[in-house]
Amino acid sequence: MKNVFVYCEVTEDKTIADVSLELLSKGRKLAEQLGVKLEAVVITDEAGETLTRIQDFGVDVIHVAENKELFPYRTLPHFKIIHHIFQEEKPEIALFGATSVGRDLAPRIASSLRCGLTADCTSLEIGNHTDNKTGKEYKNLLYQIRPAFGGNIIATIVNPDTRPQMATVREGVMKLEEATEKKKATIKKIDTTKLIQPEDLIIKIIDRHIEAQKVNLKAAGIIISGGYGMGSKENFQLLYDLANVLGGEVAATRAAVDAGFAEHERQVGQTGVTVRPKLYIACGISGAVQHRAGMDQSAKIISINTDADAPINAIADYAVIGDVLEIIPKMIAYYKKHSK
Amino acid sequence: MKKIKILVLAKQVPDTRNVGKDAMKADGTVNRAALPAIYNPDDLCALEMALSAKDILKNAEVYVITMGPTRAAEIIRESIYRGAEEGFLLTDRKFAGSDTLATSYAIAKAVEKINPDIIFCGLQAIDGDTAQVGPQTAEKLHFPQVTYAEELLELDSTKIVLKRRLERGVETVTAPLPVLVTVHGSAKACRARNAKRVMQYKHARTATELQEETRDYTELFNKRPYLKIEEWSADMLQANEEYLGLSGSPTKVKNIDNVILAQKENKVLTASDQDVEELMLDLLKSRVIG
Ligand SMILES: Cc1cc2nc3c(=O)[nH]c(=O)nc-3n(C[C@H](O)[C@H](O)[C@H](O)COP(=O)(O)OP(=O)(O)OC[C@H]3O[C@@H](n4cnc5c(N)ncnc54)[C@H](O)[C@@H]3O)c2cc1C
Ligand SMILES: Nc1ncnc2c1ncn2[C@@H]1O[C@H](COP(=O)(O)O)[C@@H](O)[C@H]1O
Repeated sequence: MKNVFVYCEVTEDKTIADVSLELLSKGRKLAEQLGVKLEAVVITDEAGETLTRIQDFGVDVIHVAENKELFPYRTLPHFKIIHHIFQEEKPEIALFGATSVGRDLAPRIASSLRCGLTADCTSLEIGNHTDNKTGKEYKNLLYQIRPAFGGNIIATIVNPDTRPQMATVREGVMKLEEATEKKKATIKKIDTTKLIQPEDLIIKIIDRHIEAQKVNLKAAGIIISGGYGMGSKENFQLLYDLANVLGGEVAATRAAVDAGFAEHERQVGQTGVTVRPKLYIACGISGAVQHRAGMDQSAKIISINTDADAPINAIADYAVIGDVLEIIPKMIAYYKKHSK
Repeated sequence: MKKIKILVLAKQVPDTRNVGKDAMKADGTVNRAALPAIYNPDDLCALEMALSAKDILKNAEVYVITMGPTRAAEIIRESIYRGAEEGFLLTDRKFAGSDTLATSYAIAKAVEKINPDIIFCGLQAIDGDTAQVGPQTAEKLHFPQVTYAEELLELDSTKIVLKRRLERGVETVTAPLPVLVTVHGSAKACRARNAKRVMQYKHARTATELQEETRDYTELFNKRPYLKIEEWSADMLQANEEYLGLSGSPTKVKNIDNVILAQKENKVLTASDQDVEELMLDLLKSRVIG
């Protein structure tokens, strides 16, 4: 009762998804702050090694549902099981990765339990709340913090009266930290045969094939990122040139992706990838909060922008004021001159 | 043969991709009037998938539901111009302040009136990017759901086969009808308006819109009753008021912060040769690059 629950997503290669491990790390801190337990839920055909991995994160209880129908993921049987667990256990907080699985599953659960769900949180905190209409006070609510509306605002959302307080979080937003003290979790097995009914299996998967993402922004130490200010797809070539000489990867803002300058998988930000490279060069990027949410943890940030007041400059270590089309060729030239 | 009913859920959204400087009012709230209102991009893909489903089945009709203020009737006209038969506008003060749970409750009540075999909605709306209304509506209706659909592969009056676009690959699933499908923005773009339909339906109006018109439409509407766009209120949906609007929304906005950036100590440089050379030397010296 009143514990923090994390849905642990099982990946193609039968490991726990990074985003779930990150949420276990965050969940442990929230549970400690509330003085409650941390519980994990794993739903798959055979949990096997995943249970060992989950225990690296200081989990008190692991709920395990194993059945050959439960891997690969399908909405209805996973929904049935989580719905059952949450009804029995009455969690205080429930966290899901903002993946294609988490974003398929969490809203369906929130609807059936009539509770609030906040998508794509960039920060989770515990705090108090007073309802300004009724004056009613609430202690220790989950503050679900996310940027909204064109990047101009940051909203703090609370669910005062419904439980669990549900949130999804993207991969890379929370830090992955194993527990310093390892402990053995209690394993609770769920009787799946009673829960899963034939009508839960009516959607059939005919084919799956994995196309590994070509671009791996998360692994890149240097990222050259272009925004709408690059002007065209042709001009983006300059960024590839710079990335080539510096040994980096090219990323983009949503505005640049929408304009067709770059592929979607290169998008950095709240609805793209979160990156923490040692160097992030922002070229023709204004620095909307949704974009910064995905890159402001970079060790060093350079911005190149014609507008001295662009918000990105405020978080940059170096703000170069000028035309990106003029500056990048110079950067390449001076790099070549001095690097040898 | 039974007629298949296909329903599209489409939302009018502020164009958050083109947020100008006057988008925020001084009090930190959004100045909706300063933002152009558009057809949510993913929902246009959903409309296309619905229209191509109709092309395949022949014996099918496409309806549209949108929930929003009076001006959201534009979404219905736009859908009809592109090939939908009819649209319904859910509009009522009681819907104001709805979060995704309250929205999906109202939409589900409206869907029950239409009783469709397939529902197509967008994966997400660009004003919030929550991607929640689709799955929540499916749950309320006890429909199975197929999210992230990119391509309609096969369809007959009993089942649908869809390709889903996931993070690291694609998945093909087959689902029996009825079903709710959410359509990914990478799906086929929507067909253009049909010029004939534009001529035929450009005067389509809701009752509320008619009141605001200066010209008298009575005669035209008597002759062409199909020009009337239905408006549905909370009462007409027989909705439980507790589940609507603010009271039906478990999520509350505690506060909104305008983004004030903590100024980092930074070096401001120009585009001059000297400045760019200094920058590259700094980076090389500190071994950030090299
Ligand atoms: C719910 C939601 C989620 C979102 N998620 C994301 C996300 O994940 N990632 C993301 O990036 N955005 C996201 N956005 C969009 C975000 O709000 C901004 O619209 C977007 O980041 C702006 O991109 P930009 O900086 O490239 O374009 P703009 O804001 O148009 O900025 C272009 C910049 O280029 C500069 N410029 C122009 N010409 C030149 C030149 N020749 N040389 C140098 N500088 C020049 C201009 O001064 C300006 O600062 C989201 C929005 C919403 C509502
Ligand atoms: N007010 C609305 N009217 C009609 N459809 C909606 C509405 N809100 C959301 N939807 C549908 O639900 C999808 C997901 O919306 P969201 O959960 O807000 O990201 C949209 O793409 C629409 O298809």
